[in-house]
Amino acid sequence: MVPLSYYLVLSGILFACGVLGFLIKRNIITIFMSIELMLNGVNLSFVAFAAHWHALAGQIFVFFVMVVAAAESAVGLAIIIAVYRTRETLNVDQVNLLKL
Amino acid sequence: MSIHLIMFIAFGVVCVAGAINLLAQSHPINSALSLIAVMGALAGEFLLLGAEFVAAVQVIVYAGAIMVLFVFVIMLLNAGAEERTQGSRVAIILGVPGMILGSVLLAWVVLKHSGTQAVAVGALPGPPSTIGQLLFHQFLLPFEITSVLILIAIMGAVVLASKPEAVQKRKEH
Repeated sequence: MVPLSYYLVLSGILFACGVLGFLIKRNIITIFMSIELMLNGVNLSFVAFAAHWHALAGQIFVFFVMVVAAAESAVGLAIIIAVYRTRETLNVDQVNLLKL
Repeated sequence: MSIHLIMFIAFGVVCVAGAINLLAQSHPINSALSLIAVMGALAGEFLLLGAEFVAAVQVIVYAGAIMVLFVFVIMLLNAGAEERTQGSRVAIILGVPGMILGSVLLAWVVLKHSGTQAVAVGALPGPPSTIGQLLFHQFLLPFEITSVLILIAIMGAVVLASKPEAVQKRKEH
């Protein structure tokens, strides 16, 4: 038996690591992976609350989060490829203009 | 100390270690592999919570499909180690203590001011049949809308990733 609060703390730590990665990383692909880490942390708290309140809707919501993450990564990685083609760099400090 | 708590701590340590390794590594491919480790350990946590189907989908969709896409792009673009810049140094100096402070504060509040009711193993069995019934009755409209979203995302990805010369050539014909 594990208290619900332990799951919430673990989910909070994962989310915090994701935010930290978003702030300190300079590679655009790693920043993108930090976003996935944040989504995973939120998923854990969804499932923990679903088990705690005996509501299966929480698990359904995890699927919608996964679908949105899949769509987001497909479009985002395509944008990264397009950015790399025009600028030949992945460093976000050098990608500060929308138009060349 | 029950076996459930021991397994929770084991998976949790793998999760947090993978997340910290993601931040510490400078090469994107190492970050991607540690993110896969985090997702696998999270699937274990889902199993502990009795969400078997979510755990399976986590491994197949997240650790399988999405991360393979990431690794493909890293290899396609031949991404090397990232270089530190002025901005990233400022972000580390301000961000690391801030996030540690925030996490400790959040953990303290959650542990101190929440009910300590324990979640039992398999307390909420989520078999695929029940989840499917819920998904196709109560959540049918959101489900259909996500299919449209996926279609738009596929088309957007194809348009964005196609070579500019190819688009130019298609216009001329």
